[in-house]
Amino acid sequence: MQEFLQQLVNGVSWGSIYALIALGYTMVYGVLQLINFAHGDVFMLGAFFGYYFSRWTKIAQEPTLIGFFATLFFAMAACALVGIIIERAAYKPLRARPRLTVLITAIGVSLLLENGGQLVFGADPKFFPSLIAESRLYESENLIISNLPVLILIVSIALMLLLRFIVMKTQIGKAMRATAFNREAASLMGINTNNVISFTFLLGSALAGAGGILVALTYPKIDPLMGLLPGLKAFVAAVLGGIGNIPGAVLGGMILGVSETMVAGYISSTLRDAIAFALLVVILLVKPTGLLGSRVGEKV
Amino acid sequence: MRKWVIFSLTLSLFSACAKKEDVIKIGEYGSLTGTTATFGISTKNGIDLATEELNAAGGLLGKKVQVVVEDDRSLAEEASSAVKKLVTQDKVVAVLGEVASSRSLAGAPICQENKIPMVTPSSTNPKVTEVGDYIFRVCFIDPFQGEAMAKFAFNNLKVKKAGILKDSKNDYSVGLAQYFAETFEALGGQIVAEESYFEGDQDFKAQLTSIKGKKPEAIFIPGYYTEVGLIARQARELGLNIPLLGGDGWDSPKLTEIATIKKPGDALKDCFFSNHYAADDPNPVIQDYIKKYQAKFGEVPDAMAVLGYDAANILYDAIKRAGSTEGVKIRDALAQTKDFPGVAGSTTIDSARNARKPLVVLKIGEGGKYEYTATVNP
Amino acid sequence: MKRLLVFIGLFVLTLLANRFLPEVIDSYYVHLLTLSCINIILAVSLNLINGTTGQFSLGHAGFMAVGGYSSATLTYYLGPKLILAFDFLPAVLAKNFVFLLALLGGGLSAAILGLLVGIPSLRLRGDYLAIVTLGMGEIVRVLILNVEKIGGARGFSGIPAYTSLFWIISLTALTIAAVTSLTNSSHGRAFLSVREDEIAAEAMGINTTYYKVTAFVVGAFFAGVAGCLFGHYLQLLHPNSFTFIKSFEIIIMIIVGGLGSIFGSVIAAVILTLLPEALRYLGPVKDWRMVIYSVALIVLMLTRPQGLFGAWQPDFRRWWPFKKPQPVS
Repeated sequence: MQEFLQQLVNGVSWGSIYALIALGYTMVYGVLQLINFAHGDVFMLGAFFGYYFSRWTKIAQEPTLIGFFATLFFAMAACALVGIIIERAAYKPLRARPRLTVLITAIGVSLLLENGGQLVFGADPKFFPSLIAESRLYESENLIISNLPVLILIVSIALMLLLRFIVMKTQIGKAMRATAFNREAASLMGINTNNVISFTFLLGSALAGAGGILVALTYPKIDPLMGLLPGLKAFVAAVLGGIGNIPGAVLGGMILGVSETMVAGYISSTLRDAIAFALLVVILLVKPTGLLGSRVGEKV
Repeated sequence: MRKWVIFSLTLSLFSACAKKEDVIKIGEYGSLTGTTATFGISTKNGIDLATEELNAAGGLLGKKVQVVVEDDRSLAEEASSAVKKLVTQDKVVAVLGEVASSRSLAGAPICQENKIPMVTPSSTNPKVTEVGDYIFRVCFIDPFQGEAMAKFAFNNLKVKKAGILKDSKNDYSVGLAQYFAETFEALGGQIVAEESYFEGDQDFKAQLTSIKGKKPEAIFIPGYYTEVGLIARQARELGLNIPLLGGDGWDSPKLTEIATIKKPGDALKDCFFSNHYAADDPNPVIQDYIKKYQAKFGEVPDAMAVLGYDAANILYDAIKRAGSTEGVKIRDALAQTKDFPGVAGSTTIDSARNARKPLVVLKIGEGGKYEYTATVNP
Repeated sequence: MKRLLVFIGLFVLTLLANRFLPEVIDSYYVHLLTLSCINIILAVSLNLINGTTGQFSLGHAGFMAVGGYSSATLTYYLGPKLILAFDFLPAVLAKNFVFLLALLGGGLSAAILGLLVGIPSLRLRGDYLAIVTLGMGEIVRVLILNVEKIGGARGFSGIPAYTSLFWIISLTALTIAAVTSLTNSSHGRAFLSVREDEIAAEAMGINTTYYKVTAFVVGAFFAGVAGCLFGHYLQLLHPNSFTFIKSFEIIIMIIVGGLGSIFGSVIAAVILTLLPEALRYLGPVKDWRMVIYSVALIVLMLTRPQGLFGAWQPDFRRWWPFKKPQPVS
């Protein structure tokens, strides 16, 4: 039982990370119907921005709680900026083009960030400084809960609640929902859809950046290719929950994180990466638009 | 259409600019980008340092040595293209590479077919040198290290029950684990748990939790430092406070950096691993090398850099002894390498074209410092 | 009769090329030719699924992997016994006959996977289908990583080198011919109708299920053949060569060539095989090879998103000496 709880704690930890990244995917898809393959690499950039920032401001040498939040905030802001730049430079000119074209561009941006990262940051793994000292919250013979997984969960939930607030209770959030529903009608209603789209990228990228910092805290080895697989799995999580659906992304992320860890722990650790996809295939066969996705009737 | 004409013209301009200097061309292929880029770059650093020193001291047979480097993006098919290009287009006299056995296996047949000697600094799969008589390696093969660590664990540490956590993606790790298990059980010990992970994984808690449940007295983790650091941390986080053991894949300045909980390297305190050399060995060859590497690259060398350096030097020494750049003569000289004073130990190439050299066991002590513990001779 | 003579002539030509080309052309270029042809087969087969039938498939590397590994398993484990069984034939023929069996085996196993992947396509559209196909490709790769008998995570080495120029050239030509004639047949019309408007096609009585699955099966078969050629050329198969990045590379080929254009796929496959190799010659800028490649891709999409040839196809029928296009009266 205790071992099960241990695996569960781990799974929820990863679930929160996948959820954070999946939110970005799902929001961008909602407004643009674009699978932004470069999103996983923004997650990687978040970790690296945090790495350089904390070392530059000497926070790494003297970690404090304020220092951690400063790093988190900086990484989120920097990633938000990167997100907007990518959107303006690579995706906006292709708004009127078929979806496949923008998809290829997204793949190109992803490759650029990965290979560029290897050249600029160096391909060797770097060690992310311990900004929050690890401590044991609960300790027994078979179950140890340290503060880091709890921190990840709390920060993720806080960010998700913040996102929900923005989307549901603010004007810009309403504009986002309108644009996602029907872009043309929204712009006819006087909404500056270009700005709304940029804002969506800003939010999504900021969340991915936060995910990067949280992962780097717990698994302090960072390298330019670290966003590849988590990005893909987060995308699977978003589709699992119903792409375009914000609560769906969170649900999908959690389900993915927990099932992955359980399979790795109880069946075979080397099958871990396949679980995400196997789960996806099974669920999509039963619910073709994802768990919380709505069945949009096709108009002839 | 016009774009392509301009493009091809520019391309031909570049190839025409190939200087026809009097140089000896050595080829090198490695993963400079892609998933194992860090190992390819370390190896390249070692080779660069060796070449620089050689050229500063007058070069080889009166000519300067030029190393033509090709990236294989950590992919086997690219390794094949890279070696094809080096051998047929650049007309190199010998090839250095690769780190990963699978990519060495992709490039070796091409070298063998064209009678170009190939020296791999760190591929450990026995099949690599079996490709042909032009293929050599300068690193340990797995049986030696695996056995040595098993004996150390059983005899010196008095461990009777051990667990193994191996990297299924690397021949090196799987081989070491296999020989460790065989020797350990032959000595009378018991392997109570065996789990695996993939190179590149970040999270090992699932496997460690499972191993913990079987109550071993030590865990053998014959992987690369990139994962071992994290594994050590997570093991300690889960309350696994038993000694961890490993092989030369641990050797890197980053290992103790990553394996830090409160103080540098404390996650790996009182752990042991086998290596080619000890950094506190007063042997001037070793100390000089560490100083030079640090001056050039700003950090202490890791195992790949050391092996790359030695591989290059052994090759250059062989060419010197052969007195010519003919493939056959270099091959014969390489096969006759005896007691070469490499940084990674006094190396002799045996009849199977593998390297025989002594191994040291190091302990990770206070502050992550390596302490010499024992030597094992072949 | 004339048709038969032409085929025999081409067959002989291919045999001559197999024998004499390596002596005339440098082996590096033969290597590039081999890789280009394998990519042509991959691109043309993917184009059938994505371009002609409009099904968003991102898992082509999975088909290639299945074809490669199953054919290699055949030649590695059963090969020696089969060659012994055929010892009444001269060695060369026996070897190639075994390879033919391996090719068929590889293609068929990939086709079976294609069938499995085609089935979800019935309920899923667009992006959902894309992610499922991507997932299938990754599942295949992870499964391979876990099977020790075929090398697992360290790769399958020691595959006999059966790929020769004869097979490369003839199979590439065969793939192009097969896909082209399929596209120009009534099947092809049905594929196009599924792409253009699936509901209208269904309303017109086209069994869209059958045609969608057929596209997947045929595309997968040829990808499997390509995988077999790949494995028996490198003499080594490694799961790292079959990640979703490989699938993306093939997608990039068909987009750059122009989605739906077989001719475009061929040209783009050749260019995108040669480009990374050509970039090796850039001297001091060599390290930036992959960065340049990705930037070039982005720029291409921004400036010419329809690819090199759009959906244009050259009309080769005018040169085919047998069927003259019927005049419209």
